[in-house]
Amino acid sequence: MGNPVDPGDIQKSMIKDEKADKRRKNILNLVLLALLLVAPAVIYPVFLMKILCFALFAVAFNLLLGFTGLLSFGHAAFLAAGGYTTGYLLSTYSGLTTEMGIIAGTLAATVLGALFAVVAIRRQGIYFAMITLALAQLVYFGFVQAPFTGGEDGMHGVPRGHLFGIIDLENNLAMYYFVLAVFLGGYLLVQRVVGSPYGQVLKAIKQNEPRAVSLGYNVNQYKVLAFVMSAGLAGLAGSVKTVVFQLASLNDAHWHMSGEVILMTLLGGTGTLLGPVFGATFVVNLEYQLSQGPLGDWVDPILGGIFVLTVIAFQSGIVGEVQKFVKKNLG
Amino acid sequence: MSDQFVLETRGLVKEFKGFVAVDDVNLKVQRGHIHALIGPNGAGKTTVFNLLTKFLQPTHGKILFNGKDITALKSAAIARKGVVRSFQISAVFPHMTALENIRVALQSFQGNSFQFWKSGASLNKLNERCMELLDAVGLTEFANTTTVELAYGRKRALELATTLAMEPELLLLDEPTQGMGREDVDRVVHLVRKAAEGRTVLMVEHNLSVVSTLCDRITVLAQGAVLTEGGYQEVSEDPRVREVYMGSAKTTQEAVE
Ligand SMILES: Nc1ncnc2c1ncn2[C@@H]1O[C@H](COP(=O)(O)OP(=O)(O)OP(=O)(O)O)[C@@H](O)[C@H]1O
Ligand SMILES: [Mg+2]
Repeated sequence: MGNPVDPGDIQKSMIKDEKADKRRKNILNLVLLALLLVAPAVIYPVFLMKILCFALFAVAFNLLLGFTGLLSFGHAAFLAAGGYTTGYLLSTYSGLTTEMGIIAGTLAATVLGALFAVVAIRRQGIYFAMITLALAQLVYFGFVQAPFTGGEDGMHGVPRGHLFGIIDLENNLAMYYFVLAVFLGGYLLVQRVVGSPYGQVLKAIKQNEPRAVSLGYNVNQYKVLAFVMSAGLAGLAGSVKTVVFQLASLNDAHWHMSGEVILMTLLGGTGTLLGPVFGATFVVNLEYQLSQGPLGDWVDPILGGIFVLTVIAFQSGIVGEVQKFVKKNLG
Repeated sequence: MSDQFVLETRGLVKEFKGFVAVDDVNLKVQRGHIHALIGPNGAGKTTVFNLLTKFLQPTHGKILFNGKDITALKSAAIARKGVVRSFQISAVFPHMTALENIRVALQSFQGNSFQFWKSGASLNKLNERCMELLDAVGLTEFANTTTVELAYGRKRALELATTLAMEPELLLLDEPTQGMGREDVDRVVHLVRKAAEGRTVLMVEHNLSVVSTLCDRITVLAQGAVLTEGGYQEVSEDPRVREVYMGSAKTTQEAVE
């Protein structure tokens, strides 16, 4: 067969394109990182930490929705499982260092994620979403009844403690940089996963599941692993959030929270790693602004309206649209 | 060992809520053959493929591959054993490049598919083989093109290359020329003939001129059951075959062509 093009050249040009793309991304990431490093000088650190916790939650969620194609409507369960576990352990065992409490919370959410995955993974589409919702509701009622959660009152006065037994996290700046480090760790992990050989299989499953099966992939195993990782990271976000605010409450387990993370992710855009980060930042900010003003009672309808508009006007989310714009104009 | 037959079905039946889509099919596909499965629309051809690859569970019956019962295996395991299918509706990964499409198939045998901690660059060692496969189907210059942007005929060529990347012993092709113009059809015929070297092909095909040029043996399916089987001459002269084809406008027209 005639081929006027040298395959070697094509491979080279491909690698070059990838490199240019990578460089652009690296610059953007470095700028964002610099902003995050200096941010507490101008913005109240606790507010920043709230954003980072939700950003991590949304990034974890997007590993599933954006990169595996699974819509979970039960991610609140993992956020809460992480938060309650960490809160309980740090409140009960004063000898425990903070990071041990957080690791335990993350593990609890991971185990819960494995249970969810085993039950739900065979279902497709909306059925999958409904089963995760049902399971998360079970978990919610579990938390309402459980003696250690404080029921409707929630769990208060969780001590922030000392990181590695040395660094006092009562200091908001120390706490902030710790949360930032955790967020970056989670973000980079997801970035690595998405770009790995395993991530390539996830992509294939998302784009054409029967084809992936016909190429010899046991797709359910891949999906379970993605679900478990996503749940674990969501739990990590919940654990850290509990340490920051020194409380865990039923709000985190409520289905509203599962909806909110969907909203954040779709607003920012599912196709990119950064999308959910922006989505979370946007939603947390908006909620704050609204709650300060006279529209405090209208937070949910306003968010809903913005959500509908975004989905209609920008199908790939805020970051997705910006990315398209950049590609078109800076090519 | 039944060396002669790569694939055999015994009493294969598939019922959908009382409707029998595949009715007691005993198929034998000889090693090295290009074997055609033809029949009017709704005859059950795709359903047979779905049963062979376990995308559907047979209601009754057995499937033997190289003499071994594979009825209990799952889809992915069957693909790994060497029975790889294509789909009636072109099956590609639309938002990957052509090269990445093929690489996913090659990766299937690499044993690194659960390594979520590794860099994706570790897959680049497969690129060379991908380029060979792309070259074989004339897609070299599209290696970097996102698959959605490829023309239909090229998508099907890519699909074939992806299937071949699995080095299947038995290739199942579901209407590889469907919806193609004459030129693309000729290309596919050429590709299938090349792909069939050293392996066995079972293909569903409506275009009878393709069947007559490519296929060594033909099984005719009608209403889920095998109507007849034989060489092209024998089958095309069978009055019963002509009769069932009268029922379907699409195929009648193609048969006349
Ligand atoms: N999942 C299913 N549930 C119910 N009925 C089905 C299912 N799959 C196929 N059928 C029915 O089984 C019959 C055979 O369908 P099949 O797709 O195998 O036909 P085919 O020979 O491939 O036809 P075509 O030439 O149109 O591709 C049809 O009547 C179809 O409606
Ligand atoms: Mg069919």
